[in-house]
Amino acid sequence: MSSTALSASHGAFDDVAHGGGEHHHHDDGSKTLLGFWIYLMSDCLIFSGLFATFAVLANATAGGPSGKELFELPYVLGETMLLLVSSVTFGMAMLNMHAGRKGQLLAWLAVTFVFGAGFIGMEVHEFAKLIQEGAGPDRSAFLSSYFTLVGTHGLHVTCGLIWLVVMMDMVRRHGLNDATRRRLSCLSLFWHFLDIVWICVFTFVYLRGAI
Amino acid sequence: MAGSNHSHDAAHPEAAHADHGSTKSYLIGFALSVLLTLASFGVVMSGAVPHELMMPGIVLFGVAQLVVQLVCFLHMGTSPSQRGNLAIMLFTLLILAIVVVGSLWVLHNMNVNMMHPTSQMMPVE
Repeated sequence: MSSTALSASHGAFDDVAHGGGEHHHHDDGSKTLLGFWIYLMSDCLIFSGLFATFAVLANATAGGPSGKELFELPYVLGETMLLLVSSVTFGMAMLNMHAGRKGQLLAWLAVTFVFGAGFIGMEVHEFAKLIQEGAGPDRSAFLSSYFTLVGTHGLHVTCGLIWLVVMMDMVRRHGLNDATRRRLSCLSLFWHFLDIVWICVFTFVYLRGAI
Repeated sequence: MAGSNHSHDAAHPEAAHADHGSTKSYLIGFALSVLLTLASFGVVMSGAVPHELMMPGIVLFGVAQLVVQLVCFLHMGTSPSQRGNLAIMLFTLLILAIVVVGSLWVLHNMNVNMMHPTSQMMPVE
């Protein structure tokens, strides 16, 4: 930690020394990425609270359906694969960004969007089906915490999809400059982070519920 | 556009590109993640695993996949540029463990020690 603080103050000093010239040699967005990482970790704490709530209420079905009766594991496996593929295609997009290939970057971002939208589509369909079956969030404490936890993750992915569209338009208009590179790097962290949260969701919500 | 790219790359030495990963690292991460996901689902869906080994199995494969994705996709590591991020993440994991394990522990104890509401209500008449 102290080394980060040191290099940060060193960078600030250098900027002053260069008179804030056009080329900020030390402002490669690493401070923004560090700040964004701290945001992601605080987001992680939100999810830990929701996971703890779900774990405590997992058996509080109030006579309603339990996870074992409701969850369709093959369907969840499909969702998981869509999100996993979208994570890798985002990685491909980032490699093309670092190589400066704008066209391929946009193409991979579009592929990522399709898989991410597919994931959200499947999740919305799953929620609609549960509510139709009378297993909505108002049925039991177990289902309330389930919808809150999985829904919060879905909301994050939806925000990521909107951000993805905004970034595609930004890259198309302004090309690859320091600002778009920095923002895409933040989005990349966000997207991979959501895939990591999903690992915990399918392990502790769906698979544990089906045991 | 090409010109500005060039000057950008020139301004940053190779060190700046050190932790971006490569096609190979992403594909390795993807292959391992797919295998571990199938293993996790297989433990529960195949029916070949004894019931008491299911929970340890899915936790093991889940944690393994977390590590794979952190290393291959988020480029976590002990390199000097990543050390700050790693320290923040480890601290977050500590808080996370306190919140989750603490909640389960406290509420389990409460459930065990609470008098059963129905058996209390019955003889009041």
